[in-house]
Amino acid sequence: MSRALTFLAALTLALPLFNAAAAGEAAKPAIVIANPGTQCIAPPEEMRRDHMEMLKHQRNRTMRLGERGAKVSLNACVDCHASKTTGSVLSGKQSNPDGFCEACHAFAAVKLDCWDCHQPKAGYKAAEATPAPEGSKP
Amino acid sequence: MNAPDNKRRALLATAGVGAAGLVVAPGIRLIEAATAADAPKTTLASSKVRWGMLVDTTKCKSDCNACVTACNKENSIVEEVADPRQRSQWVRKIDLVEQRTGKQHSLPMMCQHCTNPPCVDVCPTGASFKRADGLVLVDRHICIGCRYCMMACPYKARSFVHEPLTTQNPEMPRGVGCVESCTFCVQRIDRGLQPACTEACPEGAMLFGDLNDDNSAIAKRLKEVASTQVRAELKLDTGVRYQGI
Amino acid sequence: MDYASSRAEEKKFYLLAALGALVSAIGIGAALYMEHHGHAVTGMNNQIVWGLPHVFAIFLVVAASGVLNVASIGSVFGKTVYKTRAKLAGLLCFAMLAAGLVVILLDLGRADRIMVAATHVNLTSVFGWNMILYPGMFAIVFVYLWTLMEKRMYPYSKPAGFAAFIWRLMLTTGTGSIFGFLVARQAYQSAVIAPMFIIMSFAWGLAVFMVVQKAMYLWNGMTLHPEIRNRLRKLLAVFVGAVFYFVAVYHLTNLYFAKQTAFEHFILVDGGIFPQLFWGGWLCVGTLAPLALFFLPGLKDMRGSVTLASLLIIVGAFCQLYVFIIGGEAFPLEIFPGRTATSTFFDGRIDQYAPSLPEILLGLGGIGIAFTMTVVGVRVLRFLPEDNIAKLQAAGALSD
Ligand code: HEC
Ligand code: HEC
Ligand code: HEC
Repeated sequence: MSRALTFLAALTLALPLFNAAAAGEAAKPAIVIANPGTQCIAPPEEMRRDHMEMLKHQRNRTMRLGERGAKVSLNACVDCHASKTTGSVLSGKQSNPDGFCEACHAFAAVKLDCWDCHQPKAGYKAAEATPAPEGSKP
Repeated sequence: MNAPDNKRRALLATAGVGAAGLVVAPGIRLIEAATAADAPKTTLASSKVRWGMLVDTTKCKSDCNACVTACNKENSIVEEVADPRQRSQWVRKIDLVEQRTGKQHSLPMMCQHCTNPPCVDVCPTGASFKRADGLVLVDRHICIGCRYCMMACPYKARSFVHEPLTTQNPEMPRGVGCVESCTFCVQRIDRGLQPACTEACPEGAMLFGDLNDDNSAIAKRLKEVASTQVRAELKLDTGVRYQGI
Repeated sequence: MDYASSRAEEKKFYLLAALGALVSAIGIGAALYMEHHGHAVTGMNNQIVWGLPHVFAIFLVVAASGVLNVASIGSVFGKTVYKTRAKLAGLLCFAMLAAGLVVILLDLGRADRIMVAATHVNLTSVFGWNMILYPGMFAIVFVYLWTLMEKRMYPYSKPAGFAAFIWRLMLTTGTGSIFGFLVARQAYQSAVIAPMFIIMSFAWGLAVFMVVQKAMYLWNGMTLHPEIRNRLRKLLAVFVGAVFYFVAVYHLTNLYFAKQTAFEHFILVDGGIFPQLFWGGWLCVGTLAPLALFFLPGLKDMRGSVTLASLLIIVGAFCQLYVFIIGGEAFPLEIFPGRTATSTFFDGRIDQYAPSLPEILLGLGGIGIAFTMTVVGVRVLRFLPEDNIAKLQAAGALSD
């Protein structure tokens, strides 16, 4: 009985280690740093671990309080991390290491809705607006 | 001794923010503190300011659409949904004919940025909100797309995005399934610029500024000329005023 | 029951459940399609922002709260005839409420953000209140059913029934107020809307109950005792009459205010589909025909007349909600009184709405969900309302 308990306890203690090993692996997919000479806004380990919280925290501050010029900014991430070949942080394909954010998220099986609204291409400028729809002006 | 002091203050300040309601794990608060300590200078919207606009309808021409075009360009409202009634319009030109006299007016209509906005009252999640400086905005990170605010708006100023988009300007994210409306070009005014429509108006019929600042052009003009709030009987205290109707 | 017939019955049950599940699945599939393509694939637009899914959802939610009335009369007012029916009423309430909520949630622009809706509640919003009222209703009905089903809980069924009664009134007031608080729109600026919704809930809920009860009795080869039928018939008639009264007051008061006459003219006279649905659908089919079936000498004792009347009341309810919700939106906002407005955003124009297939399927899916939950619930929990006629007669509960 007590041996069984010891075994269980050992297993419980070991589990986080397995998890950590798995997480360590998940955090290292093939990604391309578009601007290797530059500095990220925090050390890479920190970025890997905390970028989601940083972004969510800052988006509330920007949106609600109107805080501008903060260090964390989704557009800044995109501008610096967008691929030199596609111009985007999305790859469109999960295995393509070129799409910085998506390659890693596909690897970690994370799905973001951010790009429904936020432009994933660096320096994108929308084409000229179309004229207002016809048909109802007198 | 000055620098560490500042640093500590910044740290305390962010810790305060953390305690004020955002869920922050211990590790993360440290990072925020570090970020804040050497962050570039940031600005916040202030409640001392009350953004507003005065539209001189006597100058507004019926065949001119410049404000609408400028808005669409600035905010990248370029999608082509097949049904025109499903297209977004943040600002639109309305032509009015007085039924009794036949007198004609033309004017731009957009979110009136009310002091007591019905859209904010009815929003179930708090996504519709009023910023400290009086801007009525939709926090599209928590908008669930129920459209109750569109039912409540007395000016029909809000639009619902009916189709997935890909052509957003980075400065103004927009996306399917959320409600949106005129923001007074928040991304511009936070940089000290005028809203795109105001800048584009060839007649200078739109005057934008701080209603609270006695020395601003708009506050001075409002003291001189007769102006109207649309649907004033609802007592919403609109930020947009019209002259000449 | 012998083995063969119980096998046959089992088969019928699975067939019905499968049919319900299929309709529900098609509805959910339609919602996923809407979610994927955006609301561009619906007939809704920036003027008609709430469409057919809301007609279905609001019918389900309002009827859900009303059907509980049957239970309340039993538990709160101690009427045996209704007490027998309390369990079925509770189940129907649960099923329709769940189905109505599913339809509303699946129609959201961002249905994926359900968790946001649950964790961010704005308490000044009537919708926000409803976010509290609905889960509360589920909990109360759940407890109430428990007190009805488990012997040692019987003593608590009266307070539980009372709580359900109060909560239900609040729920319907909340639903009605969703519209009542929309000062911006001509159609909804009326104080009678909230009480009107309560009365409508009584009528629609009882009508649904009668139809379901009839189906169950047919299934089990039973007939409703004529006295009980009579009683429910009269109650339903009173509710239909009360709805008529409130609708009349709503329109007459609107006609009294000069600024509303244009809207009334639209809804009652020249608004195309809306006057047709109002006079033909709600008044003739949903009100006058049922009253005739209830009271005309040749009709009132005809077999199936109460069930037919109940079905007509449900049809009328849909017509009424369609006129109320969509008609109310189709009429243009009067932003500049005394002036004719034109714009590229359809100011001053009466709007057209044609529901698209996915919307229709989503709405029917809601009915499918309620149906499936009822069929399965009735089967598993055995909620057949069986009257002990001898006992009722002995107690004098059947004489008027
Ligand atoms: C439905 C549209 C929508 C979605 C989805 C969305 N955002 Fe936003 N986001 C906006 C809008 C609108 C703003 C406000 C921009 C402004 O005021 O300048 C914004 C601003 C931000 C900002 C501050 C501005 C900046 O560039 O830093 C951050 C950070 C942000 N969002 C992060 C996110 C993240 C992370 C996600 C995904 C989890 C996300 N957003 C999803 C619409 C959206
Ligand atoms: C000025 C350019 C720049 C900006 C702005 C920037 N980054 Fe980085 N980022 C980098 C560089 C360079 C690296 C590689 C650092 C290294 O490996 O030493 C990096 C690394 C990362 C990593 C770790 C990748 C890995 O596993 O090695 C993540 C995650 C990351 N960035 C996310 C972000 C996010 C999110 C933002 C926006 C909030 C952002 N970055 C903004 C330049 C930038
Ligand atoms: C090194 C891998 C990696 C890279 C590169 C990366 N992410 Fe992530 N990201 C993750 C992981 C892993 C998660 C999931 C964390 C979790 O579930 O706790 C995540 C989660 C997020 C979330 C939160 C999602 C949610 O719904 O909670 C956001 C927002 C996010 N990432 C934004 C970005 C952006 C923007 C970029 C590109 C600038 C980026 N990430 C690049 C690994 C990465």
